[in-house]
Amino acid sequence: MTNSWTDIKNTDLVVIMGGNAAEAHPCGFKWVTEAKANRGAKLVVVDPRFTRSASVADFYAPIRQGTDIAFLLGVMNYCISNDKVQWDYVRAFTNAPYVIKEGFGYQDGLFTGYDETRRDYNRSTWDYELGDDGYVKSDIDHPRSVWNLLKKHVSVYTPEMVERICGTPKDKFLKVAQMISECSTPTKTMTSMYALGWTQHSKGSQNIRAMAMLQLILGNIGVRGGGMNALRGHSNIQGLTDLGLMSNLIPGYLTIPTEKEATFDTYMSTRGFKPLRPNQMSYWQNYKKFMVSFQKAMWGDAATADNGFAYDYLPKLDVPAYDILRIMELMHQGKVNGYMCQGFNPLLSAPNRKKLTAAFAKLKFLVVMDPLQTETARFWENHGEYNDVPTASIQTEVIELPTTCFAEDEGSLTNSGRWLQWHWAGGTPPGEAKHDTWIMAQIHLRLKALYQKEGGAFADPILKLDWRYKDAGNPTPEELAKEVNGYVVEDVRDPNDATKLVLQKGKQVVSFAALRDDGKTACGCWIYSGCWNEAGNNMARRDTSDPDSTGAYLKWAWSWPVNRRILYNRASADINGKPWDDSRKLLWWDGAKWTGYDVPDIAPTAKPDVVGPFIMNPEGTARLFTRGMMRDGPFPAHYEPFEAPIANVLAPKVRGNPAARVFKGDMEQFGDAKEFPYAATSYRLTEHFHFWTKHSQVNASMQPEFFVEISEQLAKEKNVKNGGWVRVWSKRGSVKAKAVVTKRIQPLTCDGKTVHIVGIPLHWGFMGETKKGFGPNSLTPYVGDANIETPEYKAFLVDIEPIAGPVA
Amino acid sequence: MANFEFVTSPAPTKDIKVGLGDGDLVKRSASTVSPPAKALTPVAKLIDVSKCIGCKACEVACLEWNDKRIPVGENVGSYDFPPDLTPNMFTVMRFTEWVNPQSQNLEWLIRKDGCMHCEDPGCLKACPAPGAIVQYSNGIVDFDHDKCIGCGYCVKGCPFNIPRISQVDHKAYKCTLCSDRVAVGQGPACAHACPTHAIVFGTKDEMKKHADDRIKDLKSRGFANAGLYDPPGVGGTHVMYVLHHADQPQIYANLPKDPHISPIVEVWKGLTKYAGLAAMGAFAVIGLVHHVVTGANRVSPEDEANAEKLTGGRP
Amino acid sequence: MTAYDVESGDQVHPGRPVTVDRYTAGARLNHWVTAICLVLLALSGLALFTPSLYFLTGLFGGGQWTRTVHPWIGVVLFVSFFGLFVRFWKANLWKAEDGTWMARMRDVLGGHEENLPEIGKYNAGQKVVFWAMSLLIIVLIVSGFAIWDQYFAQYTTIDQKRWAVLIHAMAAVTIICVWIVHVYAAIWVRGTISAMTKGRVTGGWAWRHHRKWLRELVSGKK
Repeated sequence: MTNSWTDIKNTDLVVIMGGNAAEAHPCGFKWVTEAKANRGAKLVVVDPRFTRSASVADFYAPIRQGTDIAFLLGVMNYCISNDKVQWDYVRAFTNAPYVIKEGFGYQDGLFTGYDETRRDYNRSTWDYELGDDGYVKSDIDHPRSVWNLLKKHVSVYTPEMVERICGTPKDKFLKVAQMISECSTPTKTMTSMYALGWTQHSKGSQNIRAMAMLQLILGNIGVRGGGMNALRGHSNIQGLTDLGLMSNLIPGYLTIPTEKEATFDTYMSTRGFKPLRPNQMSYWQNYKKFMVSFQKAMWGDAATADNGFAYDYLPKLDVPAYDILRIMELMHQGKVNGYMCQGFNPLLSAPNRKKLTAAFAKLKFLVVMDPLQTETARFWENHGEYNDVPTASIQTEVIELPTTCFAEDEGSLTNSGRWLQWHWAGGTPPGEAKHDTWIMAQIHLRLKALYQKEGGAFADPILKLDWRYKDAGNPTPEELAKEVNGYVVEDVRDPNDATKLVLQKGKQVVSFAALRDDGKTACGCWIYSGCWNEAGNNMARRDTSDPDSTGAYLKWAWSWPVNRRILYNRASADINGKPWDDSRKLLWWDGAKWTGYDVPDIAPTAKPDVVGPFIMNPEGTARLFTRGMMRDGPFPAHYEPFEAPIANVLAPKVRGNPAARVFKGDMEQFGDAKEFPYAATSYRLTEHFHFWTKHSQVNASMQPEFFVEISEQLAKEKNVKNGGWVRVWSKRGSVKAKAVVTKRIQPLTCDGKTVHIVGIPLHWGFMGETKKGFGPNSLTPYVGDANIETPEYKAFLVDIEPIAGPVA
Repeated sequence: MANFEFVTSPAPTKDIKVGLGDGDLVKRSASTVSPPAKALTPVAKLIDVSKCIGCKACEVACLEWNDKRIPVGENVGSYDFPPDLTPNMFTVMRFTEWVNPQSQNLEWLIRKDGCMHCEDPGCLKACPAPGAIVQYSNGIVDFDHDKCIGCGYCVKGCPFNIPRISQVDHKAYKCTLCSDRVAVGQGPACAHACPTHAIVFGTKDEMKKHADDRIKDLKSRGFANAGLYDPPGVGGTHVMYVLHHADQPQIYANLPKDPHISPIVEVWKGLTKYAGLAAMGAFAVIGLVHHVVTGANRVSPEDEANAEKLTGGRP
Repeated sequence: MTAYDVESGDQVHPGRPVTVDRYTAGARLNHWVTAICLVLLALSGLALFTPSLYFLTGLFGGGQWTRTVHPWIGVVLFVSFFGLFVRFWKANLWKAEDGTWMARMRDVLGGHEENLPEIGKYNAGQKVVFWAMSLLIIVLIVSGFAIWDQYFAQYTTIDQKRWAVLIHAMAAVTIICVWIVHVYAAIWVRGTISAMTKGRVTGGWAWRHHRKWLRELVSGKK
């Protein structure tokens, strides 16, 4: 989230699209009802299904899954054509006026530089034209200005085209577009609440970008009640990404070096982030401070200036990332010996279950760390048709390490609004369950002992790992949090006055502003720096004071970065530092400095008309055109899902996202509309949380049995009875389910063809208290988002038929 | 003594610093009570159907607080699970897919069903067991399971089809409005758990005021017939609904439009009781009087003689 | 060749006094089982009928037991009464003289048997009791099943149950009144009770109250 849950009450219009907040985030959804009650805010829901969110919405519009970009670019086109643009914002705070390189273009669904064999682009033309001064050329009237390119790019997405692609009736689309466009005035704000309904597509990142761009055009980023608000699906999934638990990241969104970056200097050479416009902060210029402090936190005294701060100890990627799809693919090829599964149930979470089962069977060992009995840990066990595996032929050794639940542990959880909230253990773990940290420490110590005893190739990263915990076998949450915050390694004195101590050895750093690139500070995760400084554990704060009820709650817990509640909050004031909306002031320039209700997202004395609000970008402005940062295009463009009921209307030859990676053999496993005529989607239900709560008797009793949802029309066509059994199958697998026949799903007309939707919730497996069932991943295709490889769970093709019932 | 103010936000429930005891009863089944010296302020739970997202947190809170469990059943082709109230499940969400005939738009009406805590409770009226059903002066209607005999008369008395008889201990169960929580200054568990504050609890007056605000908001959003459901037929209720279509409560899974205690029950518990006792008494008295007046109807020696004669004298 | 209102076992024993066998041991047992059931049903039913009689539940071990046993006693009564019905129905068919008997109610109540026609085994009053009991027991058992929620809750709607409980109550009040008449008549008309205790009455009793029956027995015997 750019904003916070509590800030949603400040909005005038809530758009829930690509998510179902009432269903999947009922507690957070209370802030929508607050907005409705306190500000008379309206709620718009755009979804293939009439969801629980839609049940309390002011307006609902249907959309075919996987066509959100067409819809959003349609809204953008509507806003631009009807001059519903917050011009002062767009001109001052976005890259709309910048001129793009000559040669950039878009035709037949492809941007310039496409290489079909590599399924990738040469992105050299996707960039700004620099002037002689080394800065970006700025001229909004230039034919190649970002604005003019954007205007042209979205012009094809007329209301008629939106209806043709999305199946959204034109009048409903226009109503939504009109409601959204009203938020282009400085005194009206819209918030976007989205979740996996946007990410789990082969163009998931671009779905979100499309809305971010729309929000920029409306001037809704950085303001109270605005923003791009990703509703995170787990209580700490935000913490997971923040702490870099992805194969290509290290904590704080720093990147793992690639194998081409053999030395620290090479690595740093592409991370200079020289400002692209005059006087801009370009905050990533501090990259080296964060990186070196991280390396010091990792290897302590072994990380010195002479060895590039133990740069060699860092792994180097030979591929862009070892994401879930790649690792399972490698496993399937028999190239993985062992797999450690910590709080993860891939047998139900990764696509194409048949392939996963085959992959796990090729492992030598599988370690599962989990508080619950997961299907993954029992992938080898035959559960009739719910897990029909030849147990005797599976040789994988499975080791289960029972861990504790969140309520049996102390520590912090980072919520969607980036708040790190400390929590305390509410109970003692049962049986042999151990904290994850204890298990990880034990594994580390044993590995270290083995290396010490037997040696081995490149033992240093393990042997020299900084492990300064009181009980080496059991680091405490407090110790880890303090390490993440960062501390002073060596005294630092004022360069002008050696008697003055700036940083004292052994003390906690106050925030990342104190971090240094000379190895005198250590910090586990720079964006979390400040969470536990010398003032104590700021995450444990529970002060509900909120001056003028802005919803900031600055003394409740701690939010990254530096307790800032709304990112880019400088953009809440105009070019002169005057708030856009006096009734919704957030930050303002008092003539000498920035002041207001939130921690300024800018240098406190940076002059408003000089320094842009988007300080992480070298140009200081937000990007309507992303340059080369997205693999699949600087603008979002409509692409169909890999399995779509109709061909791409705009570019019939293009299947799926042309830049999405497809492994060998998986393309053949995609079904087409002739064989699989119905458009399926998967989702959560409010009664359950993923595959956890099916282990809870109460939750199981609230939603006991796996089902699929279809329209009354499809039920009639296929002779399916409500509450009866059906079989649903795709090219990759088949499931059996109860049928829920509902008015909440309606067939759509797309490109003249009737498209029936099949809804498949995801909470069932063969372990736990619920009735045994299947997950949608038995059906879903093995392909992910072009940028971050999130699997395409939300749009795929199936067929359906009534059956007598499963064989017990 | 109740002394509290209602805050719509953020507190969904309200502390009420009172205990509920025998001295607070205004009605007691099959018995008479003298009115309490000091009446408590009437309370109410307000369920704003227009805010409810059907998440069932209230159902779970209810199970947890009352320490009940229901079995894991089967999907029956809807989100209604459990499909009905049971002796262990005091509240259920009832989902209705309703196409508004005016706008042709689908509306998914989700109503939390459970005891309405009527001012004039039909269950209490029907109950034959003294003290098994009581009404406190704050309006809460509660079942005393030590006294319940499981006859099911409350089921017949209730205009809302709420009480359920347990097949395990043969006693009637329903929502208590968390009288045990209210007695110690806590609001009902369901209101506490409701994420959208669709369920709020406070004094009945404050709840009505809150409802007025909500109805104004709904009217501004185009629900011209939004209104409060506090049916006068049962003297008003201590569980009230805000409905978007208050003119048609029956579209919300058959919420009765004008509920009242069934006239059959009224006759049964009224006229029949008194007339019946009178009739039985009258028959007994008439017999007695007849006997006194006419004396016994005895067989005379002549009768015996005639019989002997008929049978041919001595054997 | 038994006359139609002579029941099996009815027999005259000439002597002094004459005795007449009116009810066999089986019939008497059948009657008393029914009678006890009816009394228990009345007591338990009245306990649940009105709060002022709720104390009667104490006789059955409390409210729960009262609620539990009442319908079971009802079933026993029904079966038992069915036995009586089979035994007695024929002799309870309406006859010409019954109308006359009814018309002369003043003489009936005044004990002026001399003004009444000769009556068979049962007089019109007894027949009314018999048929009323038969009818009411059917009503009670049917309405009783409709409110026997422990086993049959799902077979009726709540509104049907409401009707059932009202009808059950009204029928119960009526049957208790009928029962009062029945018991009072047995007490008032001296010499009657021995028919159901010892199984026999005196010839005089039969001569006085059921002369036609006596004549038939005598003539049948000859």
